[in-house]
Order: sequence, then structure tokens, then C-alpha cells
Amino acid sequence: MQAAQHLDATFAALSDPTRRAILARLANGEASVMELAEPFAMSQPAISKHLKVLERAGLISRSREAQRRPCRMEPGPLAEATEWIERYRRIWEGNYQRLDDLLSEMKAVGGKPSTEPQGETR
Amino acid sequence: MSPTVHVTTPGDREVVVTRVFDAPRSLVFDCHTQPELVRRWLLGPDGWSMPVCEIDLRVGGDYRYVWRNDAKGQQFGMNGTYREIVVPERIVFVERFNGDESLCTLVLMEAGGRTTLSQTMRFSTPDERDQALKSGMTDGMSTSYDRLERVMEEHRPAVA
Repeated sequence: MQAAQHLDATFAALSDPTRRAILARLANGEASVMELAEPFAMSQPAISKHLKVLERAGLISRSREAQRRPCRMEPGPLAEATEWIERYRRIWEGNYQRLDDLLSEMKAVGGKPSTEPQGETR
Repeated sequence: MSPTVHVTTPGDREVVVTRVFDAPRSLVFDCHTQPELVRRWLLGPDGWSMPVCEIDLRVGGDYRYVWRNDAKGQQFGMNGTYREIVVPERIVFVERFNGDESLCTLVLMEAGGRTTLSQTMRFSTPDERDQALKSGMTDGMSTSYDRLERVMEEHRPAVA
């Protein structure tokens, strides 16, 4: 999967509250489908569907050895998604800090924008 | 105390950036629509300037931004078209960058002299845009990022 598709899959998987709850549960350790279905008013097949989405996105894995096939959380995609958001956030943080300064300047001159060019590029 | 930028991903095609400013929204609006003001803050990482900022603020009008890395001299630009303008509270525009199109909605809400800005970027097919405009897509913004953060927090001790 390409990095962008990867992110798409991760964000798509995370856009559902049940799947986020499942991940939160798995953060505490492995669990079987039955154990995962317990807190939800949902059938086991419905939970299995959610698990498939999470598995496809690489957010969880399921062991094949045991009959029980417990689900386990995989940290990679979540870390990637968080990194992506963080990079994005940092750029906007910088922009908006500058906008803060500009706004206080404008408030000081009564909302009249100063039109001085910045630097020599015009 | 510095206000923080929140980034959320309410759906798999949307990114929402929100931030509060200690200023009335008419000023915040001006800062997004007057070239002399835009080029003073919309700069991205340090070391970049915006030599070109052209804004034709009307429905169907275009804008064009060009950034330059002052140390290396390298440049890149993006452009877009305004689709809806409600002074001083809302701008909807299509943004084009590297062949990708996204639909952006800037909403400014003022309360007690402070302005909450939310910018939604929707990466999707152009055909869906009109529907999206009517659906008030910035309403009911979910807090999935907050939840993601919580999941991450809970997750950390489990792997460490």
C-alpha cells in the first residue's frame, strides 16, 4: 500500500466510534472476538466486520496459531497517522501564531490593515 | 497562554483545522482575503516568504499563491477558485495543488470579541461538492482526533 492509501485506510478505520472503542480495549492487551463483543449491544458478526476493517488497515492483527485467534493492536499505522496530523498541525500552528501578531497589530490601529510590504519581494 | 490548533479527521476524506483568535472575525476575515495581509502570515515553515499573492474575491474568482524559500530560492505555488463568499463569516473555495483538488470551507464564528476559525479541507470528487456545501459539513465536526489521542495514550504503556 502507498503511504497515502495507508493513511486513508487508517483514518477511515478510525472514523467509527465502535472501532475506536475496540482499539481502546485492545490497547490494554489481546482479546478474543467474544470478549470484544461483550461491551457492545452488537452481534458477534457485526463486531467481526469492524475487526476486518481494522485488520485491513493494519491497526490490529489476529494470530493464526491458537483456535481462539485473539486480536492484537498494531502500533505502526496509528503512529503514522498521528505523525501526519502532527506535522500538519505544526505548520498551521506557525501560520496562526503569525496571524495572532498581525491581528493584535490591526486591533492596535483600529482594524485598519497596514499595507506595508514585508521584505523586498513584492 | 497560547491557543492551540486542533486537527481532526471527521471522515476519511476530511481534515478540519480549528483555532481561536483574540480578535473580531471581521479582522480575521480581512487577514484571509487581503493579499497584503495574507502574505504576512500564511507562510508555512520558517524561512519561506510569499512573493506572489493574488486574490480575486468574488464567486468564480481565482486566487494564486507562490511561496519562496528565501535561503534556497526554490518556489512552489497553488491556486484556487472561490465558490461562495459570505463576508465576514464564510468562504468556500476549491484549492488546486500538484494536480489534486480539494474543497475548502473556512468558517468564522465570533463570540465575545473572540473568533473561532474552522477550516475544513475535503479531498473528494468535484461532483460531490455542491451537496457538501448544502449539508453544512462543518456542523457536527467529530472529535476523532481527540479520541485517537486518547487511544494513543492508553496504548503507550501497553507497548513500552
